[in-house]
Amino acid sequence: MTRLKQMVARMRALFQTSGLDRDFDAELESHVTMLAEDHIRRGMAREEAERAARLELGGLTQIREAHREARGIPFIDTLRQDLRYTFRTLRRDAGFTTFAILIVGLGIGASSTIFSVVNALLIRPLPFKDPVRLVWIANSGKEGDLSGQTVPVGPFLDLRDQAQSLSDVAAYYAFYGVGDKKLTGEGEPERLTGVPVSQGLFPLLGVHPQLGRIFTAEECKLNSPVALLSAGLWKRRFQSDPAIAGRKLTMNDRSYTVIGVMPSAFDFGSVFAPGSRIDLFLPLPLTQEVNRRGNTLSVIGRLRPGATVKQAQAELSVLSEPIRVRHNRDELHFKVGLLDEHVSGRLRPALLVLAFAVGVVMLIVCANLSNLQLARAAARQKEMAIRVALGAGRGRLIRQMLTESVVLSCCGAALGVILGVTGTRVLAHLDAIAIPLRESVHFDMSALGFTLLMAVLTGVIFGLAPALQVPASAVHDSLKDANRGSIEGRRHSWIRSTLVVSEIAFACVLLLGAGLLIRSFLRVLDVNLGFRPERAAALRIDPGSQYSTREKRNAYFDEALRSVSSIPGIEAAGLTDVLPLGHNRSWSAGAKDQSYSREHPPPDVFVRIVSDGYLKAMGIPLRAGRDLTERDNASSKPVILINETLARALWPGRDPIGQTVTYVDRDREVAGVVEDVRHLALERGSGCEMYLPIRQTDDYSSVDLVLRTTLPPGGLASAVRSALQPLDPNLAGNEFRTLQQLVDKAVSPRRFVVLLLSGFAAFALILASLGIYGIISYSVNRRTQEIGIRMALGASAGNVQSRIILQTLGLAAMGMLIGVAASWILTGALSGLLFGVTSTDPVTFLGMLVVLTAVAVLAGYFPARRASRIDPMAALRSN
Amino acid sequence: MAESKSDILQGTLDLMVLKTLDAMGPLHGYGIARRIEQLSEEALLVNQGTIYLCLVRLVQKGLIKAEWGTSENNRKAKFYSISRFGRKQLIAETGNWERVSGVIGKLLQLRARG
Repeated sequence: MTRLKQMVARMRALFQTSGLDRDFDAELESHVTMLAEDHIRRGMAREEAERAARLELGGLTQIREAHREARGIPFIDTLRQDLRYTFRTLRRDAGFTTFAILIVGLGIGASSTIFSVVNALLIRPLPFKDPVRLVWIANSGKEGDLSGQTVPVGPFLDLRDQAQSLSDVAAYYAFYGVGDKKLTGEGEPERLTGVPVSQGLFPLLGVHPQLGRIFTAEECKLNSPVALLSAGLWKRRFQSDPAIAGRKLTMNDRSYTVIGVMPSAFDFGSVFAPGSRIDLFLPLPLTQEVNRRGNTLSVIGRLRPGATVKQAQAELSVLSEPIRVRHNRDELHFKVGLLDEHVSGRLRPALLVLAFAVGVVMLIVCANLSNLQLARAAARQKEMAIRVALGAGRGRLIRQMLTESVVLSCCGAALGVILGVTGTRVLAHLDAIAIPLRESVHFDMSALGFTLLMAVLTGVIFGLAPALQVPASAVHDSLKDANRGSIEGRRHSWIRSTLVVSEIAFACVLLLGAGLLIRSFLRVLDVNLGFRPERAAALRIDPGSQYSTREKRNAYFDEALRSVSSIPGIEAAGLTDVLPLGHNRSWSAGAKDQSYSREHPPPDVFVRIVSDGYLKAMGIPLRAGRDLTERDNASSKPVILINETLARALWPGRDPIGQTVTYVDRDREVAGVVEDVRHLALERGSGCEMYLPIRQTDDYSSVDLVLRTTLPPGGLASAVRSALQPLDPNLAGNEFRTLQQLVDKAVSPRRFVVLLLSGFAAFALILASLGIYGIISYSVNRRTQEIGIRMALGASAGNVQSRIILQTLGLAAMGMLIGVAASWILTGALSGLLFGVTSTDPVTFLGMLVVLTAVAVLAGYFPARRASRIDPMAALRSN
Repeated sequence: MAESKSDILQGTLDLMVLKTLDAMGPLHGYGIARRIEQLSEEALLVNQGTIYLCLVRLVQKGLIKAEWGTSENNRKAKFYSISRFGRKQLIAETGNWERVSGVIGKLLQLRARG
C-alpha cells in the first residue's frame, strides 16, 4: 500500500520535474536564509554566514540532484536526460543521422518483410482448425505428375473406412479444370474455376461458411447442381449480396443454386493451388463413375488425437496391400506427411536462405554504423573528456553512447516498419508470384515485435564497440589533443579495420550466394523448353453443351481453327487439352510388342490431347515421321505422336515410326516423334509424353486454342475474339494468356528469391564499399602529416596513391579470404536451389572476386587521390 | 547519494523525523534539522541537505504532509506535519524499535559480562 503510493508519487514526479525543482529551490533558499540568519545572530559576517550555510547544506547542486533522484525514478530520469542530449547531438550531425536511419531502415524493412513471409509460410499455422493434426495423403508417384500423386475413389473410400490412426479423411477433385465453369446469363460471360470437394472436407478443415450452409451428404451423392461461392467471387461478381443464397447461376448451360459463401479467410487457392484463383466449390460425388476415371483425388486426413504421422504412415503402408489387390491398382502406395509440409515445405530452403541473407545484411549494417560511430567518437574525444572532468562516470557515458545508437536504430526501425508494411502489402498483391499462402503475408503484431527486437538489438550491437571506446581516465591526453598516433589511436584503427574486413567478408558471402542463384536463374531461362513461348498465346474455347457428339465437336474445332487462321498475323493455330507448366496427368502406356509385368511395368506417360497445327503453334519441333493432320479423325486409323524420351524407352535403338503404342486397352500407331517438352517445370526433364489426336478421342475436359502470331500476341486478342464470336457468343473475356506468361509464372518463385537475394547483395556491396571508403579516408586524414613528410622527402603523388590503394586491397583481400572460406562451407546449403551450376562454381567465385576487388579499388581511389594532392608544406605546418 | 546510505540509517532518520514532528507539531525542514542536531549533539546529520531526501520520501509515502507557510521570523517556509497514517506508523515503528533495541541491548550486556 505504502509502496504503491510511493510508486505513484514517483511516477507523477517524472512529469512535474520543473515545477518540483522550483518548489525545492524555494525551500532550499528559505533554509539557507534561516541558517544564515542564525549564524549572523551568533556574530558571523553576512557573506561568510551565507557561505557557511551553503556548505552545511552540502552543496546546492548535489543536494538538488539527490533530491531529484529521491523523488523520481532515477533510471527514467537519466534516460530522459540522455535522450534529450542524444536528440540534440543527432540534430547537429544531420548527415550522419540521415545516413544511419536510412541504412538501418532499409535493413530492418527488408528483415521484417522477410520475417513476415517466413511467419506466414513456416511459423504461423495453416488457417484451419487444429492444423498440426492435418495430413496430406498422397500416392507415391513422381512429383509434379498429378496422376501419380492422387488416389482413385475406391481406395479412398476404403481408406476412410479402415484407417484407425486417422479420425477423418476427406478429398477434393484434383483435376478440376482452371476456368472450367463458364458463367453466363448476367453481365460479361466469365470463366470460373470450381473445385469439387467431398462432403467432409470443410468440416475436416474446420471451415464454416460465412453465409448459408455447406453441402449435404445427399447433394454430394447425387452430384446436385449446387455451389458454394468463394468470398472473392461473391465480392467481385455479386457485390457481396447478402441475399445470394438460393440464387440461380448458369454455368456451362446448367443451372446451379448458390447455397452459401465461404469466409474470406478461407483461401483454397493460396493453400492448395498457389498462383491460381478458386471461385467456387461444387459437390464431389464419390461414385463408381468417378472411380473409373482413375487417380483423381487429393486426400487430406486428420490424425486421431495422440497418433503421429509415423504411426499413420505405418498403418497406411499395411492397409495399402489389400486395397491394391481389391482395386487391382499396382501403383497404389499411400504416403503420409503433414499438410503444412506439403504446402510450404518446398519453399523452406529458399526462405531459410533469404532469412540468413537478411541476417547477414543486418550484420553489415551494424558493422558500418559501428565504424561511423567510432569515427564520431574519435571526433568527440574532447567532449567526452570534458564530461568526465565534470564528474560524469564512465558507466554514465557508455549509457549515453548506447542510448544514442539505440535511438538511431529505433528511428531507422520506424522507417523499416513503413517499408515492411509496404513490402508485405505489395507482395500479397503480386499475383504473378506463385508461392503458397502469399495472400496471407501481412505485417502483423509479431512482425512489429520482431522489428522492435531487431531495432534494440541492432542499436546495442553497433553501439557496443564505440561505447567501450569511451575514455576511462585518459582525460589529460584528450584534453591536450595529444593523442594523434598514440596507442589509443592505433587500437582504434585496428578495431575499425576488423569491422571493415568483416563487412567485406559478409558482402562476399552474399555476393556469392546471389551470384550462384542468378547463374542458376539464367540457366533455367536458357533451358530448351521444347516449345517457343514467345509470340504464342492461348485461349480457352471449350465446346459448349450444344456440341453433344464427337462429330459436332470436330466440326466446331474445324470451324474455330479455320476462322482464326484467316486472321492476318496468325501464323499457326492448334488445340490442346493441357498447356505446359500447368496440370498434368499420366497413363500407363507400353509397346504392343512387349510384355509387361509387375516387376517391369510399362512407363507412366503424360497425356496431351491435341489437334493438327498444335506442334506448329507451340513451336514443338518434329523429329521424325509426320505431324497430325485434319484427316486424323474419328473415321481414320488411330495414330499417336510420341516424344523422344518415350521413343527411347519403348524401342531403344529402333525406328519407332509405324510401331504400336498400347494404353488402357487401345492401340495406336506411331505417326511421328517430337522433341521433349518441359511440361512439369523448367527445371525438370520431360519424362515420357504422348499426343493423341483430339478428333479421335473424347478424353479431354477442356480445350485451349493455341495461336502463333507474327506480331506480339496481345494485340490480336480482340480480333481473335470477334472471329470466334459467331461460333460461341458467350466467349469469356478473361482467358487470353500468352505462353510467356505461363513460363514467367512457373519461374516466379525462383525469380522472387533471386531478386530479393540480389537486392540484399547489392545493398551489402554498397555498404561494404562505403565502409572501405570511410576507413581509408579516415586513415588518410589521420596521416596527413606523415604523407606530407613522405612527399617532402621525395615520394611522388603516384607513389602515395598506390600505397593507399594497396592498403585498401589488403583489407579487401583479407575480407575476401574469410568470405570465400565461409562461403565454401555455407553455399552447400544452397545446392537444393541451384540449377545447372555447382555450389562451388568457379565462374561465380571468380566473378565475385573481380567485382569486390573493383569496388574496393574504387572506394580506395578517392581518398588516395585526395592524399596525393596534399601540399607537403601545408600538411607539415598544420597540426 | 541517498542510495549509498545504509537502510538502517535511513530508517532511523525517518523515525526521528516522524517523532520530531509528532512531538513538536508542524516544522520546516531547517527546524527539523536543527532539532535533530541538538538532540543528537550534532553527531547524526552529516549535512542538513540529507533531511530533504528523507522528507520527500515520507511525503511520497503519505506519512507526513507539506504546506507552505510563514516562519516565526516572517520567512516563507515549507512546513511539514505528521499525518494520521504517519502517527499510526510511528506507533508501530516505535514498538519495533524498542523491541529491537531491547534485544540488542541485552545482547551487548551479555557480551560485556562474558
